[in-house]
Amino acid sequence: MFQLIFFSLLNGLVYGMLLFMLSSGLTLIFGMMGVLNFAHASFYMLGAYFAFTLGLHIGFWPALVIAPVLVGLLGALVERQGLRRVHGFGHIAELIFTFGVAILIEEVVQLVWGRPAKSYQVPVLLDFPLFRVMSSSFPAYKAFMLVVAVAIFAFIFVILTRTRAGLIIQASLTHPGMVAMLGHNVPRVFMVVFGIGSALAALAGVIAGPVLGTFPGMAQVLGSIVFVVVVIGGLGSLTGAFVASLLIGIVQTFAVAMDVSVGGALAAVGVHVNPGSALHDLWKVTIAQVAPILPYVLLVLMLIVRPTGLFGTRET
Amino acid sequence: MLAVADLHAFYGKSHILHGVTLMVGEGEIVSLLGRNGVGRSTTIKAIMGDVHAAGSVRFRDEEICGLPPYVIARKGLGYVPENRDIFPTLTVRQNLLLGVKNTRRPGRWTMDDMFEMFPALRQRADNPGGVLSGGEQQMLTICRTLMGDPHLMMIDEPTEGLAPMLVTQVADLLVRIAARGVSILIVEQKLTIALNISRRVYVMGHGRVVFEGTPDDLRRSDGVRKEWLEV
Ligand SMILES: Nc1ncnc2c1ncn2[C@@H]1O[C@H](COP(=O)(O)OP(=O)(O)OP(=O)(O)O)[C@@H](O)[C@H]1O
Ligand SMILES: [Mg+2]
Repeated sequence: MFQLIFFSLLNGLVYGMLLFMLSSGLTLIFGMMGVLNFAHASFYMLGAYFAFTLGLHIGFWPALVIAPVLVGLLGALVERQGLRRVHGFGHIAELIFTFGVAILIEEVVQLVWGRPAKSYQVPVLLDFPLFRVMSSSFPAYKAFMLVVAVAIFAFIFVILTRTRAGLIIQASLTHPGMVAMLGHNVPRVFMVVFGIGSALAALAGVIAGPVLGTFPGMAQVLGSIVFVVVVIGGLGSLTGAFVASLLIGIVQTFAVAMDVSVGGALAAVGVHVNPGSALHDLWKVTIAQVAPILPYVLLVLMLIVRPTGLFGTRET
Repeated sequence: MLAVADLHAFYGKSHILHGVTLMVGEGEIVSLLGRNGVGRSTTIKAIMGDVHAAGSVRFRDEEICGLPPYVIARKGLGYVPENRDIFPTLTVRQNLLLGVKNTRRPGRWTMDDMFEMFPALRQRADNPGGVLSGGEQQMLTICRTLMGDPHLMMIDEPTEGLAPMLVTQVADLLVRIAARGVSILIVEQKLTIALNISRRVYVMGHGRVVFEGTPDDLRRSDGVRKEWLEV
């Protein structure tokens, strides 16, 4: 039991911090520009593919740096040449634009790298069990993922709270128009935030690719979870994104590890269902089986109980 | 300093300003008067580049109509909006810091100047802007714009919703700012205040300027006041 809890917590933490690398950018971009960027997870996917290909030629470590930089530049370009032009036509146009970019990236990925998953591998240097507890071991690579994610978290925190650029970004979250009228180049701030957000998503892709898989559907799989995260956390709230990332990460990891049925879980908390009842089959489903839909259940509950999300100020 | 000629402004398809012409000289306080909804705020926003506009806006011998707001602000035009737009999550000090456009080129006004003028802001320096009272927020928003060292400040309804004592305080502040060489264009609802501190006034009606003159001219023009100001 201890073993289960310990490893689920640790894995949940890794997964949650990974989610934060995506949700932080998504929620900042939404907060500033009012655009829910459907292409955000596509940059995550590009990060993984770029790193895979670069890795074949120059190895994992240089790729770890170069892939996010390339994707960040691409993101900045998408904002500067695409989103900014579409902006004048309103939010619907912007949404459709990001949706189009997401589809375009997915198609291009399939065209260039093909449909089957790539065998993007954990670098040899990190391919060993870091420690064991009883019968299970914890891979060094996951510890590395955690270190990278925590470093990124610290980076975002310091930039936002300790630098002038961070102040400008924070103020632009609530009053972009006023910030511009104080003489700050808000359009450039948007471009830079979009670029850095894309780069962070790509970095998440680089480090998650070998663990979660590198395949053309990876953007969609993680993208929908990241949307759930930012809505539960409250659109535009960084604190919310952080809390919700960890929450979803840990809940999902725990659920996957649970081999009891829903009925059994209910019985454990004192709710007994009649085995002959109409929903009999439902109670036999294991928690692990419902794990993939748990985030969406949380999402629906959140929208009913508190439409602004945990830390959000506006309705979604 | 500022010369606006035949300015038209639009919100989407609705045509709000129909050729506004006005000017503000060096160190002058000028008031823009008129009933609610005649387009006073729109005039300032159009000058600032915040709404779609056509016509001519010359600021310090340079055409600025059509430039993006941040470029206009950097040319030395300061704007204090009607709704104040304090950054609520940032502290008073951080709000003031964001008024500074370029940290390498400090302006005439320092944070200490602001705190001396308004000791209340010093006490609140590390509180979030969102928890200040209406009066304190008004002081903060004017000071924030001053930190950007503008040549001309446009202030939209600075005394709206303030207690009488604060109204006088704000009026005094404007006079002091102008005395240091900053021109001021204000939209003001309270006629007495506007007439007391302004060198010249404009009255707007239906998206145009319908009267221009000195405060004394306006005091004498019963007809203008009846037709365009009194409700
Ligand atoms: N964002 C907007 N979209 C469409 N119409 C607007 C918008 N803002 C203002 N208007 C319209 O433009 C006209 C002028 O508005 P403006 O805010 O300039 O008036 P004002 O003279 O400042 O008066 P007050 O501040 O007392 O409302 C009004 O009829 C108003 O309804
Ligand atoms: Mg107004």
